[in-house]
Formats: sequence, C-alpha cells, structure tokens
Amino acid sequence: MNELLTLLEKDCRQTPQQLATMLGKDEQEILDEIARCEKEHIILGYPALVDWTKTDDEMVTALIEVRISPQRGDGFDRIAERIYQYEEVESLYLMSGAFDLAVTITGRSLREVAEFVHARLAIIEGVTGTATHFILKKYKEKNHVFEKLPEQEERVLFV
Amino acid sequence: MIDYDSALSPRIKGVAPSGIRKFFDLLENMDHDDAISLGVGEPDFVTPWHIRDAGVYALEKGFTKYTSNAGLAELRREIAKYLNRRFGLQYDPMKQMIVTVGGSEGIDIAVRAIVSEGDEVIIPVPSFVCYGPIVQLAGGVPVFVETKAENEFRLTAEELKAAITPRTKLLVLPFPNNPTGAIMERKDLEAIAEVLKDTNIIVLSDEIYAELTYGGHHVSIANLPEMVERTIVVNGFSKSYAMTGWRMGYVCGPQPLIKQMLKIHQYAIMCAPTTSQYAAVEAVRDGDQDIANMCRDYDYRRRFLLDKLRGAGLECFEPRGAFYMFPCIRSTGLSSAEFCERFLVEQHVAAIPGTAFGAGGEGFVRMCYASSLANLAEAMERLERFLKGLGKRQ
Repeated sequence: MNELLTLLEKDCRQTPQQLATMLGKDEQEILDEIARCEKEHIILGYPALVDWTKTDDEMVTALIEVRISPQRGDGFDRIAERIYQYEEVESLYLMSGAFDLAVTITGRSLREVAEFVHARLAIIEGVTGTATHFILKKYKEKNHVFEKLPEQEERVLFV
Repeated sequence: MIDYDSALSPRIKGVAPSGIRKFFDLLENMDHDDAISLGVGEPDFVTPWHIRDAGVYALEKGFTKYTSNAGLAELRREIAKYLNRRFGLQYDPMKQMIVTVGGSEGIDIAVRAIVSEGDEVIIPVPSFVCYGPIVQLAGGVPVFVETKAENEFRLTAEELKAAITPRTKLLVLPFPNNPTGAIMERKDLEAIAEVLKDTNIIVLSDEIYAELTYGGHHVSIANLPEMVERTIVVNGFSKSYAMTGWRMGYVCGPQPLIKQMLKIHQYAIMCAPTTSQYAAVEAVRDGDQDIANMCRDYDYRRRFLLDKLRGAGLECFEPRGAFYMFPCIRSTGLSSAEFCERFLVEQHVAAIPGTAFGAGGEGFVRMCYASSLANLAEAMERLERFLKGLGKRQ
C-alpha cells in the first residue's frame, strides 16, 4: 500500500473513493488502510503547504546546526527530545557529518529566533555549539515550487 | 490579378479541411478563466529536467550545426538499444533507422516512399487525423476501415481481409490508438500477420503511444515472425517523455525502404533539430524511470475518469493504451459535434467530437486525461451537471 501513501503525500485531500478508484481497490480497503496508518503513526498528519511570504504575516525561518556531546545510555535522543518539545521547533533531524542536529525554527522576527538560540538552545546541557543560518528564500519544499512557473502561451489546439 | 485557385495544386485543394473547424473557432474564442481543455492530446507534464538540461548543455557547448541526415549516430545507437530493451526489436542503427521531426514526419516519408498514384492505403478509423491527407498528397487512395466498439476498437483480420484489393500497398496500424485508447494484443497482431503474410503489403506501425499501456506491455507487430521484413515502425519522444515541442521521432524498417525514405528526409528536412537530438540521447539513455512515473500517473487518471464517466451514465469501453477516453454519448440524443459544442459553451469544458477522427467516430467524444486530477475532477462534475441539464430539457 505504499502507492496509497505516495498519493496521500502528494495530495491528502483526495477522497477515499477517488483513491480507491485510482488504485483499483474498494473504498473500505482504503479507509481501513488509512486508519491503520494513522493508528500506527505511519501517517503523522495532513498539513497544508503555505507560502507565508504572500501573506501579511512577517516570519523568519532559521536552520540551526547544533553540536552536542552524546550521553551515556541515551545517545542523542534525550537532548533531541529536550529540543523538539519547544513549539517553535518545526523540524529536527540527527545528521551525519560536521554537526549533529539540524533544527529549523520559525519566529516572528530575527530577534525572536536569536533569543531562542541563546536563551533556550545553547544552554541545554550537552549542547556544545550552534551555528544559525537564516533562510532567505524558499524555492521548493515537499516537491512543490514556491514560484508559479509561467505557462507557455501559444499552443496547438488539437492533435 | 493572380488566380490563386488555378495556381494551387488540385491535390492539396482536394485535401478536405478539418470538418470541425467551427468547433475550433469556438474553442479559440473561448475566454473563460474557468475553461478546462480535455481536447489537446499532449502530456501535461513538462519534459523532465535532466532531458531539458541536456538540450541546454548542447546549446552551451555550441552544438548548433546539422547532424548527419539520419540523425546523430549516438542517438540512433541508443534508440536501437532502447527498442531492444523495451520491445525486443532489433534494428541496425546505422542502416535501418532515421531520426525524424516528430513521428509525423516518419509517417509522411514512409507513405511517400511507398505510395504512388492510385495506390490504396488501409487506415483503421477512428484514428489520428494525419494518415488520410498524407496518403492523398502522395496521390494514393485512403481506404478507411471502421473499427468497432464491440471489438474494443481493434482491427480484426476479417475487416482487414475485406478491405484488401490488388491495389493495396500499405496498412497503417495505429495502436495504441488515438482517440479510442485501443490496443492490439499479440493474438490480434498474429491474426493480422496471417492475412498479410502472402501479400506484398507493407505495414506502417505507428507506435507513438507504445510506452503508455495499462495492465500489459505493448507488442510491436515487427516482433512477430516474418513481419519485421514488411514493417516500418514509427515511434518518438513526444508522448512517452513529454517532449511534444522538441519534435523528435524516428522510423525503423527494412534497409531497402529506409534507404529510399532517407532521400525524402534529406531533401525535405535535412536533419532533425540538433538541440532536440542531444536532449533525446539523454531521454532514451536515462529516461526509463520518467516514463514509468508518468505512465503510473496516467493510469491513476485513467481509472478515475473511467469511473466518473460510467458513473455519469455514459457507456465507455476501458482504454488500455494512450491517454484518451472515448465515451459513447448516443444516450444523450446529441450528435458528437452538438455534444462537444454545448459542453463547451454551457460548461466550458473542451472535448473533441469523435467525428474528427474519421467515420465511426459519430456517437463518441474524445477526452484526453493528460490533465491534472483536479482538472479532471472538476470537468467530471461539470459533465454531471451538463448531463442532468440535458435530461431536464428533454
């Protein structure tokens, strides 16, 4: 049923009936499968993808590299937990390479983000360093391009 | 004053203009923001980026000169490998292949190389609109054979046999079919081959939709024993790689035929566009996954649209190839042209009357499902409203 998940990931507003038709299954099968995936936390949510720059809301997003010293027994997980529980944290990944955790956070202003870094993040026990990168422009997210691409003007009417 | 009428060749004047001109004028003048076109038979996808990038790269490098007449050797070698890998066909890229300006040019040079004054060409209809006029321009006589909905729009051996005369030179085999979505399975092709084997008739197999089949793999008639020697295969990049605007196609066939076709190509065209050829190398070498992805998406839409059309009460045979639905609209009491005109004017959805594709198309309309699911869903909602409206007025 990975095909179902791929389709939902593309557009979760498709009706179960429509999904069933496209995949050649019963609507009930689809409903059951979705329910199972929700229950097992395979499907975590159904958010919309928003281009906030087109709204009046001012927003700043930063990607923060975090270096930490892993703790005996818990590895990186305990520190990660302490970070992701902040509501401001949009995403948190454990990385290979030069740093350990990649945190993205969104705030209303530069100052708000900076505040989060030095007042919350940097002081967590085990965090040994941070580097904050502000996101200047989003081009593409989750396979969607932010800018609307131009349509070719002249086209054949009939083939 | 010049008399254009006598200046023009009777032959071109004899080619009938499209019978649905009025409909297209209507379409051209449509200026509704909410208009949805299911009319144009081309992929809604943009050419995959790695293919476009290869074209851009060729320009950057200054590869802007003519290529050899038959096309870049590298491209022909890659096409030969591809045809073998995908359809089990074996062609010598240097002797049995020409890279053409779209599949259309391939059809043109094949017909011109084979057909002379009065020769008959058997063309199953409904089918793509170019075969008849190209045959006429070559001085030939198109002999149309109507395929039937009850045969899933396949060409049967009996229909073929009945159409053959001593003047028959060529059979056009347009499968997977535009506009019906019909395919020919191996057993169907074997029956056709059986009819042809003791004749001198050449087959022009237009396989432009070969990659777009659902629930089965395309079989080329050139794959059947003793058929490769009498078959010209036309294929191209437009439909399978979403490359319509690049104008890239190719023909493969027996060397004696290809040799003569190459003369027409070299005098009329010189060579296919160089930029497009470099992009095509990338497509054919590294585009199998693109094809699979697009084909999967078309299949979703195909199932969706079929379900909606049937749900709306229209009889529709399940298309197994290409990207068209060909529902029967006789139950509405309208002709194909009336149906399409009113659907367009009242609901702002463009579909093409079946009659545009030749005799046998009356009572059907073509809807292309190479359009986003959101578009298709909206079009089908409007179809339901349209059909309900018709019911009330009757």
